Amino acid sequence: MKTPEFIPVAHLSKQYRIEETFITELHEKGVLQLKIVEQTYCLHCDSMPVFEKIMRIHDELHINIEGIDVILNLLDKIDDLNRRLVKTQNRLRLYE
Amino acid sequence: MAYIDYYKVLGLDKSATEAEIKKAYRKLARKYHPDVNPGDSEAEEKFKQLNEANEVLSNPENRKKYDKYGKDWQHAEAYEQAERQRSQYANAGGGSRAQYSGGFDEGDFSDFFSSMFGGSGGGGFRGNGRQAQFRGQDFNATLELDLRDVYEKHKRTLTVNGKNIRLTIPAGVENGQTIKIKGYGGEGMNGGPNGDLYLEFRIRNNTAFKRDGANLYKTVKLDLYTAVLGGELVVDTFDSSVKLKIAPETPSGKQVKLKGKGFPVYKKDGQFGDLYITYEIEMPTNLSAQEKNLFEELAKLRS
Repeated sequence: MKTPEFIPVAHLSKQYRIEETFITELHEKGVLQLKIVEQTYCLHCDSMPVFEKIMRIHDELHINIEGIDVILNLLDKIDDLNRRLVKTQNRLRLYE
Repeated sequence: MAYIDYYKVLGLDKSATEAEIKKAYRKLARKYHPDVNPGDSEAEEKFKQLNEANEVLSNPENRKKYDKYGKDWQHAEAYEQAERQRSQYANAGGGSRAQYSGGFDEGDFSDFFSSMFGGSGGGGFRGNGRQAQFRGQDFNATLELDLRDVYEKHKRTLTVNGKNIRLTIPAGVENGQTIKIKGYGGEGMNGGPNGDLYLEFRIRNNTAFKRDGANLYKTVKLDLYTAVLGGELVVDTFDSSVKLKIAPETPSGKQVKLKGKGFPVYKKDGQFGDLYITYEIEMPTNLSAQEKNLFEELAKLRS
């Protein structure tokens, strides 16, 4: 069965046992981008990994939406710094 | 499998209240949660221990059993059985003492928790359960390649979680680079998408070239006479060779750039970086008497 490109929020709500309003609030606060497809809020399947990360952080660490936003921004920064670190380490090999 | 001090894991002592356990677990979970410690296997291990500690200590029955047997956890089941039999016999008025007959093999236990409480906890980390129901699990894999392997785009078959995956490895992949291969993770359920495969490259460099992105660097030896008088030198590039003109009076450490003779630029077909050649002038050794005289003559001309 081919996975649809856009997953309706109602479906996510059922699968992840979370209120639909929580997901739409993520969108309203700019944490997660939803798209309206056939008058229904949907999530693009490429955003599923970040959505799941949000769910875990919310569920397991009891972090609210604003806190999740801060965490995601900091994780992006860490990711960027890690990439720069790998580049710098590779450059250092020139002098070994 | 060693005994795990769950109180120590949570930084508590044995008298900790339920509220203190909950508070300590939540605080440490925020610190060591895998999502906030990406790529940190130590944190991941610590988080697993935290979940296990919480699973045991926040459950009154588990905690009681753990407190009772503590370091004697290996014999807990036998003691429990003995206890049950003793009470059974006592009720029946028999009075004979049940003996533990052995057969308890330490090697059977791969995990302290499962041996004491039977099966993995799974209670704390609810995310796993959610993922299994919809989107497939993400897989991580590391692929070790030689620098020569990534000079050209090539196909390779990998085995990830027992499945063969045929991939095209782009030319110019960097050491430490991770690429996401969409849909090659675990299978989704209930119409959910498959997980992704994150493939990290480790590039071994056994060549005479050093690499910085798409640029290559190489040091070549140049004899003193060619450096002073000029001449020609054939230098191996990464995939062929070139004849270089050496200008008279070339100093040691001089660098020349061979445009487009470097490494392929990642995902830019037909584009190459540059190759930088640095000359290292080799001094003649074991001079004959005649050579030494001639150098002395040269020295006099310079003084």
